[in-house]
Amino acid sequence: MPSTRISRRSILKSAALGSAAAISAPYVSGAYAAGTITMGCWDHWVPGANKALDKLTKEWGDRNKVEVHIDYITSQGEKDKLTAAAEAQAGTGHDIMSHRDWNVRIHQDQLEPLDDVVNGLIKQYGPISPVAEYMAKIKGTWRGVPTTVGSQVKPCCSRLDLYKEHAGLDFREIFPPDINKWDKAKVDGWTWDAYVTSAQKLHKAGFPVGLPLGQSSDAVDWVGGLFAAYGVVLVDAKDNIKVNSDETRQAMEIARKITETMSPEVFAWDDAGNNRWLISGKGSGIMNPPSAWAVAKRDNPKVAEQCWTHPMPKGPKGRFVGQLPQFYGLWKFSKNKSAAKDLLSFISQKSSVAQLVAASVGYDLPSFKSMYDLPTWNEVEPPKGTVYGYPPRGDEETSITGAPARSEVGAQIYNQAINTVMIAKFTQGKQKLDDVIKWAENELEGTLRS
Amino acid sequence: MAQIAHSWDRGSARPQGALSGVRRFFRRRSTVAFLMCLPLIVLVGGLIIYPALYSIHLSMLNKAQTKFIGLGNFRFLWSRDTFWMVVQQSTIFALSAVFFKALIGLFTAHLVNNLPSKGQRKWRGMLLVPWVIPLALSSLGWWWLFDPTHSALNYLGEALGFSEVPWLSDPYWARFSVILVNVWYGAPFFLIMYLAALKSVPEQLYEAASIDGANAWQKFMHITLPMMRNIIAITVLFSLIVTFANFDIVQIMTAGGPRNMTHVFATYAFMLGIRSGDLPLGAATSLFMFPILAIAAVFILRGVRKRGRDIG
Repeated sequence: MPSTRISRRSILKSAALGSAAAISAPYVSGAYAAGTITMGCWDHWVPGANKALDKLTKEWGDRNKVEVHIDYITSQGEKDKLTAAAEAQAGTGHDIMSHRDWNVRIHQDQLEPLDDVVNGLIKQYGPISPVAEYMAKIKGTWRGVPTTVGSQVKPCCSRLDLYKEHAGLDFREIFPPDINKWDKAKVDGWTWDAYVTSAQKLHKAGFPVGLPLGQSSDAVDWVGGLFAAYGVVLVDAKDNIKVNSDETRQAMEIARKITETMSPEVFAWDDAGNNRWLISGKGSGIMNPPSAWAVAKRDNPKVAEQCWTHPMPKGPKGRFVGQLPQFYGLWKFSKNKSAAKDLLSFISQKSSVAQLVAASVGYDLPSFKSMYDLPTWNEVEPPKGTVYGYPPRGDEETSITGAPARSEVGAQIYNQAINTVMIAKFTQGKQKLDDVIKWAENELEGTLRS
Repeated sequence: MAQIAHSWDRGSARPQGALSGVRRFFRRRSTVAFLMCLPLIVLVGGLIIYPALYSIHLSMLNKAQTKFIGLGNFRFLWSRDTFWMVVQQSTIFALSAVFFKALIGLFTAHLVNNLPSKGQRKWRGMLLVPWVIPLALSSLGWWWLFDPTHSALNYLGEALGFSEVPWLSDPYWARFSVILVNVWYGAPFFLIMYLAALKSVPEQLYEAASIDGANAWQKFMHITLPMMRNIIAITVLFSLIVTFANFDIVQIMTAGGPRNMTHVFATYAFMLGIRSGDLPLGAATSLFMFPILAIAAVFILRGVRKRGRDIG
């Protein structure tokens, strides 16, 4: 067998020739000459909604010669958060990762500043949601771009027929699908006291409202809206524990009255519990994005025809709806940062947002109020105008449980569901209010750990 | 054989000096055994020992993972009421589940052992089903049975005239439910271990006892139980460790609620570490039982060794 000897000299010669050829060859722009961007995105529950994002990223990728690859990661079992935690620890993974709720805060040190992208969007579209700012603008720097996909608020979704028949309230009249037709006196009459009165009537009629009191986000968010409406502050921005207040006592009393009208199973509901309650026809109202209505459209159309999404009740300090935004974060270890920023800016443009909102049948909510005039919320049915009241309109403001505490503290308060456990202890556990507040003080003190 | 090997070695002594060294190296049994075990050692090292050491390291860092704080996280947990409730709940969960798993396993093993050998295999197979189904899947099945709004069990119960049971919405029923599912899942493991142990008890011992006039209870107490003591100790220890570390059942069925009253170490650690973003505190929570279980393991295994020596 002839042997081929490779000398050191021949290797050097080949390498030199190869290098010379590579340097002198003309630059050929390939299909994806500007590289690749990988995205780990929240897997949308609306069938087909992911396709809108696929289409947008492909459009941008083709234009910029960048290959965009998206992995859709479910939030079931917090798989998306686990993936983000693993990538943050390992220092490798996707370039862009979608972060639900507090995850930007959690991974802030590994996330690239995105001021140029977000400030550019604010310049274009005006003020951004204060909840989004609270969660993603850390020490004056934006560490995430608020997404349209998956971002949501949780206003009332009520059964028109049941409320009209048993509580004498016609939400189509109070909140018609045109803000110019809203009658201030009628809108102002929709208060938490009115909510309690109507809930009691509906309970008597055999169609109770269904508000979860477990430890999932739907529960934390509606209670957050109630607490904010009464001016409850658990921990202030300077780390002072403020839960022991008259405002807390008032809000807890309202919560007790509402809980008395509900089925005891609300203490075990996950985020789908209230949806099922409404869709089954047993319930008269919930507080949720339009997902319950969308599923009812498929599974129980007669219920869907009677659903009306409208603002939350008002309290002494205003009308607040729980908002839960999502964000795109760009890892510091990403190798294609400038292209990734351009992509994020592109999918945040109003024309892109319109496609995403339409694909999600109105579920996805951008963080810019100036985008709430998109046609989807007027168009989807039945009944016509059913989700017009989904984006916060009129005097409704957004809130998040945990604010105004430092957001590290807020994340603990929110995720440990301290507000809903307070109500559960007070109502189901039949503990004295003072004892519940003392328990909350102890828990809140724990969240201040540095 | 040694001669042949010697002549082979001699024939190629000079050019293959290094090779013969390699051969000698491979000929050593311990070396070959080590090399064959190496993939497993690498796997265990990479997937168990490294993460375990890393989690110990993590548990000693501050919240931002920038500073070593020693036992600070453990001291913090020590001062929290909710954490002590989790300790209490985990202990109730693990001890009661293991007790009932062992009891049911022992009882069923006896029943199966007394079946005619022809049909025994079918029963053994059927009784193992809960242990074979992936736990996340069976927990979901149980969750549907206990569903707060549309519980299939309540539907049946009401049809039979019973009142509705708040399986998951009442904290005490919820505790019962998660323990029940754990027992359902884990009892077959005890069954199969005990069945194997029962089959290894020499029949002559029972025959001798019968001649001496011993009744069934006396045979059980003075023959079966002493002969099974080691396997009982090992299964209880193993199950205790696994049950203390349980995550799936509680996370899927209650996620720790209502009122945090069904949290076990793993779900509470998940809430603190992953959901709330305090990985060091989550790591400290999950490691809290480690020294206690390690001490228990040492004592139980020492007892097993001692009994083994006595029998030997």
